[in-house]
Amino acid sequence: MALKRSTRRILSRTVLYAVLLGVLLLVGLSADWATIRANFFAPAGIGNPFVGDWGTWPDLITVGVKNSLIYTVVAFGAGLVLGVVLALMRLSPVAAYRWLATAYIEFFRGLPVLLVVLVMAFGIPIAFNGWTPPGGTVGAGVVGLILVAAAYMAETIRAGIQAVPKGQTEAARSLGMSAGRTTTTVVLPQAFRIVIPPLTNEFVLLIKDTALLFVIGFAADQRELTTIARDFMASSATAGTATSLIQASILYLIITLPLTRLVSWLERKQQKAR
Amino acid sequence: MNASASAAPAIQIRDLHKSFGSNRVLTGIDFHVDHGEVVCVIGPSGSGKSTLLRCVNRLEEPDSGQIVVEGIDICDPETDLDAVRSRIGMVFQQFNLFPHMNVLRNLTVAQQKVKGRSKKEATEIARANLDKVGLGGRENVYPAHLSGGQQQRVAIARALSMDPDMMLFDEPTSALDPELVGDVLEVMKTLASEGMTMMVVTHEMGFAREVGDKLVFMDGGVIVEEGDPREVLSNPQHERTQAFLSKVL
Repeated sequence: MALKRSTRRILSRTVLYAVLLGVLLLVGLSADWATIRANFFAPAGIGNPFVGDWGTWPDLITVGVKNSLIYTVVAFGAGLVLGVVLALMRLSPVAAYRWLATAYIEFFRGLPVLLVVLVMAFGIPIAFNGWTPPGGTVGAGVVGLILVAAAYMAETIRAGIQAVPKGQTEAARSLGMSAGRTTTTVVLPQAFRIVIPPLTNEFVLLIKDTALLFVIGFAADQRELTTIARDFMASSATAGTATSLIQASILYLIITLPLTRLVSWLERKQQKAR
Repeated sequence: MNASASAAPAIQIRDLHKSFGSNRVLTGIDFHVDHGEVVCVIGPSGSGKSTLLRCVNRLEEPDSGQIVVEGIDICDPETDLDAVRSRIGMVFQQFNLFPHMNVLRNLTVAQQKVKGRSKKEATEIARANLDKVGLGGRENVYPAHLSGGQQQRVAIARALSMDPDMMLFDEPTSALDPELVGDVLEVMKTLASEGMTMMVVTHEMGFAREVGDKLVFMDGGVIVEEGDPREVLSNPQHERTQAFLSKVL
């Protein structure tokens, strides 16, 4: 067969598209669309905005999305502070601090997040005579998220600090700045610039990890997005269908997709600056 | 400064030793810089000249020996090293400007945080020093938008803004494109003519000849030869100096 190169290329492309189309047709034709629509896209949940019917969206957003974001922001903020402390400890000239930080980081990175959340949610009240952080059991569960997030962020921040050229520290020290002053005014601001993309990724991971709080049980107004979606499968207009789970998925994606796009944009920008 | 301190040399180094692991970089350096003197240190790479310079403000920790700067023993554990460093200006090969701060902030940050100057006072001093290095009006630019030569002049202005007693230069023109070297050397000449005490590690033999009061040739961790720059450059006594100069001149 002496086909021309260009002809061969067109032929192989055509075959690839034909296979894709075939698979899509097969799935499309064999699926039971009426049942899928009834069980995953029930009109009572999805609503119809054109006639002012918002379905179950308002509840999912004002309770679920709101709480998910609150828990994420709290866990991220506290985890960041603890992460910076751990990163500085890992780079400390005092050996005991280095060991302590390393042990902490290895410990929490080696455990399932779900397990840490469970242990904290039920363990903190036991360990502290029934005292819980603000938010009760949920607050204790968020502490679990904080502890794990801090371990991951500490490693990211440490790498960022080490990526700041040594000459920066030397310049600051030669101007008479103390070691601490050098860290806060010269090293950390530059390190943070470097770690903004990976920290944004960590934020996205935390949004998804808040779904793990599902296991610890909530007051109604404390429910995060996955929990309230799960409840809607049992009791609401969409009971008995998975519609609320689909709705929750859409809401998660509306939050996470722009953030992951932002991360890749920031990374491209940083690469260009180099 | 009391009378005895001003009578002593600006920098006095006695029997300085420094190794990196098994690599002996400095093996018994005795050396001094007088007030108002411009001392140029030359030598092949790996001769220990940069390490010697960096020992003067203890960016490198000496293994043994004594370093006295303005009458203060900087290896004494009781010495306030930050205070001493704030009086020794240092200029690096790679400029090391703070990239996240604009030019003005580069010049004022240490003035305010180390010297405790007000923002107004620090800004005035910074502007005066920027004018001096020929970069007046560039206060709001970030270092990345300046050429290498401009960055190095900002770095000099940053060091000068601390009102240092002396300036250390670690190969200040080695990272520059040839056409940018002149502006930086011009600024250094002005400084020298104003009586600034300077220790300059350099490959610029022309600068050493024209501006230097003393030339030090180092090789293999020791000072091989030192003396009047014109004398040493035109009539080196030691054969290692002769060999080195025949390659670079």
